Amino acid sequence: MALSLCNLVSRNSLAPLPIGRLLLSTRGLQTFSLPDLPYDYGALEPTISGEIMMLHHQKHHQTYVTNYNKALEQLDDAMNRGDPSTVVKLQSALKFNGGGHINHSIFWKNLAPVNEGGGEPPRGSLGWAIDTDFGSLESLKQKMNAEGAALQGSGWVWLGVDKELKRLVVETTANQDPLVTKGPSLVPLIGLDVWEHAYYLQYKNVKPDYLNNIWKVINWKYASNVYEKESA
Amino acid sequence: MALRTLLSCRTLAAAVKPELGFSVGLRSLVTFSLPDLPYDYGALEPAISGEIMQLHHQKHHQAYITNYNKALEQLELAMSKGDAPSVVKLQSAIKFNGGGHVNHSIFWKNLAPVREGGGEPPKGSLGWAIDTHFGSLEALAQKMSTEGAALQGSGWVWLGVDKELKKLVVETTVNQDPLVTKGPSLVPLVGIDVWEHAYYLQYKNVRPDYLKNIWKVINWKYASEVFEKECP
Repeated sequence: MALSLCNLVSRNSLAPLPIGRLLLSTRGLQTFSLPDLPYDYGALEPTISGEIMMLHHQKHHQTYVTNYNKALEQLDDAMNRGDPSTVVKLQSALKFNGGGHINHSIFWKNLAPVNEGGGEPPRGSLGWAIDTDFGSLESLKQKMNAEGAALQGSGWVWLGVDKELKRLVVETTANQDPLVTKGPSLVPLIGLDVWEHAYYLQYKNVKPDYLNNIWKVINWKYASNVYEKESA
Repeated sequence: MALRTLLSCRTLAAAVKPELGFSVGLRSLVTFSLPDLPYDYGALEPAISGEIMQLHHQKHHQAYITNYNKALEQLELAMSKGDAPSVVKLQSAIKFNGGGHVNHSIFWKNLAPVREGGGEPPKGSLGWAIDTHFGSLEALAQKMSTEGAALQGSGWVWLGVDKELKKLVVETTVNQDPLVTKGPSLVPLVGIDVWEHAYYLQYKNVRPDYLKNIWKVINWKYASEVFEKECP
């Protein structure tokens, strides 16, 4: 019985059913693949260089996906063997790599070329909520920039909505922790990657310049869609 | 009022003893300045590029010192006012920036150009201790490289000596936490910076290549001196 379970897990590579970005094996272990960017690598220049976008997507995000899948398979195996020590030991790799996949998947949708609306301020209910909760879009940006600049080490700065309290929040998370680790009712609208790999080739040590500039390519349309869905 | 004047006495004192790397005001708050590198920025090539060395030293390390000094002044003020919440609140900035200064000061001494002994294996008691504890220098390097590559986010991988147990240890610390945060009797011998800024311009996402190459410029003479002092 155990043998056939292991065979089935490896079925992932034999007959992937291309349902969206999920590969389904007969056992139901879903693994993941790198989502395509909805724009060219160079389309966010001069704000974010094409070199950074390519490395960030093809190397960093891909690695999180690869390692997340590996950890998921090891988890599946450990669960089937009733091996709780290994299950617990895997949580670090699952959180880091799963979080990395989640966060970067959101990030690519948070960005858009200028000629596709990147940088255009949010209208509708999100724009109104920002003015209400932060005073203005400018002061929201300043707050996120300050928190992003002050973040020690690697992490993310988020604009999120608390779907219980119906309130916008600015939060930071360390490493690849998703926003939900700061509160179970928090839904990410915008995440800014402040790991050095997100900006160093272009901005070197000057993280504040990266943060000042990234607003020029923020895709507020996506953020508004998510916000309206949670506020409905 | 007089206290603020005395704090600025620092710059006068620095003119008297600039080689100390710190300056003393009449109130005895010791502040810090950037230590010189004992080699040119390009002297560690091709293992570490001159561009990285210059940014790492002049921008990153300098920023830790600047911010550490700022936090120290704020801490001193809070202490003199009996302002306990501020004292506690400042500990994060103290640990991060003080740790950054401590760690990088060690790091520059851990590196040496090849023609000044960089990469030459340790002789004497440290070489013997490494063979005893790890089997060989290669095994130690592999262990540290593996742990450095696996470190999630930003941090350091250390070879240290436990001065109580007289034992070598390999440890990692996150962000700018010094080795002593992993154990009060741990003394750092070799620290390898695995923050992305330490390698990204040259090695991009391939941290393992950086870790493989850095051994070519590790200054084992310094590590041996520290070890012999702790374990005479």
